[in-house]
Amino acid sequence: MKISRDDVVRVAELAYLDLSESELETYRAQIDEILEYISKLNELDTANVEPMAQVLTDDQTADATLREDIVVPCGIAAEVLKQAPDPEPPFFRVPKVIER
Amino acid sequence: MTWTIDGVREGLAAKKISARELTADFYKRIETRNAELNAYLALSPERAYAQADKIDALVASGKPLPPLAGVPVAIKDVLSTRGITTTCGSRILEHYVPPYDATAVTRLEGSGAVILGKTNCDEFAMGSSNENSAFGPVKNPQATDRVPGGSSGGSAAVVAAGLAVASLGTDTGGSIRQPGALCGIPAMMGSYGRVSRYGLIAFASSLDRIGPFANNVKDVAAILQTIAGRDPNDSTSTTAPVPTYADEISKPVKGMRIGIPRDYFAEGLDSGVRDKIEKGIELLKKLGCEPVDIRMPHTDYAIATYYIIATAEASSNLARYDGVRYGLRVDDPTLLGMYRKTRGAGFGPEVKRRIVLGTYVLSAGYYDAYYLKGQKVRALIAQDFREAFTKVDAIVTPTSPVPAFKLGERTSDPLQMYLADIYTVTGSLAGVPGISVPCGKICGELPVGLQLFGPAFGESRILQLAHAFEQAGGASI
Repeated sequence: MKISRDDVVRVAELAYLDLSESELETYRAQIDEILEYISKLNELDTANVEPMAQVLTDDQTADATLREDIVVPCGIAAEVLKQAPDPEPPFFRVPKVIER
Repeated sequence: MTWTIDGVREGLAAKKISARELTADFYKRIETRNAELNAYLALSPERAYAQADKIDALVASGKPLPPLAGVPVAIKDVLSTRGITTTCGSRILEHYVPPYDATAVTRLEGSGAVILGKTNCDEFAMGSSNENSAFGPVKNPQATDRVPGGSSGGSAAVVAAGLAVASLGTDTGGSIRQPGALCGIPAMMGSYGRVSRYGLIAFASSLDRIGPFANNVKDVAAILQTIAGRDPNDSTSTTAPVPTYADEISKPVKGMRIGIPRDYFAEGLDSGVRDKIEKGIELLKKLGCEPVDIRMPHTDYAIATYYIIATAEASSNLARYDGVRYGLRVDDPTLLGMYRKTRGAGFGPEVKRRIVLGTYVLSAGYYDAYYLKGQKVRALIAQDFREAFTKVDAIVTPTSPVPAFKLGERTSDPLQMYLADIYTVTGSLAGVPGISVPCGKICGELPVGLQLFGPAFGESRILQLAHAFEQAGGASI
């Protein structure tokens, strides 16, 4: 077994994701099977391979050098706040974070 | 009748039809067919008619028309559209209305296209059958008891069913090319960096690409032309010049060397698909192309690599759905409780599965074994492509190992569903451009797609080949 129920509980906690009992077990079994499959990568010796984090090389993007830091008009704050579940312009309101 | 971009231009120029009439005609078609197909999630008639009227005013004034004047298009629901609900096929964004347009959308509209509405897709573009949409699956217009493919199933279905002249989809591991193949229309992703991702709601940022569906390769090229090119709002969009694809596609293909990777014709390939692809290769030979046997030795590791990298990036990108700034919120007295409940209630099963897997492969103690290993094997897969392109001009493969399957047939086993992405994820990982072009139908019913990969920024070459293939009757092989 690659992944235990406790692992799934721990990972769901890291991801702030509520999972039901039945979800925990279903995902554990499915992810276990996927990880088993993924372990075929161990057949490859990659000791001398550089990891690839990005497709493009520096010379292919304009941001090989940083752009100038110039203020451009945006002005969509009101529209953005309209999408919030609990706006208190100019803020987003959330449940109390600090206990007294 | 099937409308094309040229057909629309000629109709408008000859005043046979107005842009408003054409738009109305498409909405009528949608009204007739969409209830069955479930391909559109939202329609935007106000915006569409306003744009159509602008085009009609241009026609009346006799001024030159922009390249996509009056062309009715559809946009996958993971692309932001100002004022039009954008759900990503998810409950968590069910009522989200973006305050801005994706760059690709701005460019389409700027070229005269009329945006009809937003198309259904797998939730956050995660899936290969469109069955992971929170708003129900899309049906394949060619055979309505079957899936249209995914994740851009809606964008493929609306074009195949004549409910849009062209559409935009997104492709992370095959999500444009595979539904294009299963619905029997050409579909393309340009090189990573070719099209700005600004306004594309992120799934896996090092893999996500935006690209077109249309009824013919020429129209695919025209849409790509419109959306391609540098955008200061996406630092990964490249400064590489964009050729004029309309001039490129009709150049001769005689003498082109096409690589046939035998690693792609292995176990799991449906015999009907194999037969059509072999006939497709014969047709390319008749057109003067020279097939060359090549090896891509890391192909067999692509799915494992892809599902590490894509889920890792997804788990990070989807952290933003926390019930604070937009989308669903499920109340709880504590902030962390609110996060957990919101995410637990708002995401569907496939998204949760990928968040758990992605968080796991990035977590302390597993990062090196999975994520870093995945990045290293990704480098080997990219190397396979670079080496192949020292010997050949393009690579030919099937797009999907199977034709469209029945709705519900594969939903119970995620790994089996993932394995069907084998021919598309390789090019996604390598960042090269790919196109799927119709290559006959199995039993005269189920379309097969032939996939062409080109070297990075070699879009012209695969468009040329796909165009020649189509003109030579590839679709009715």
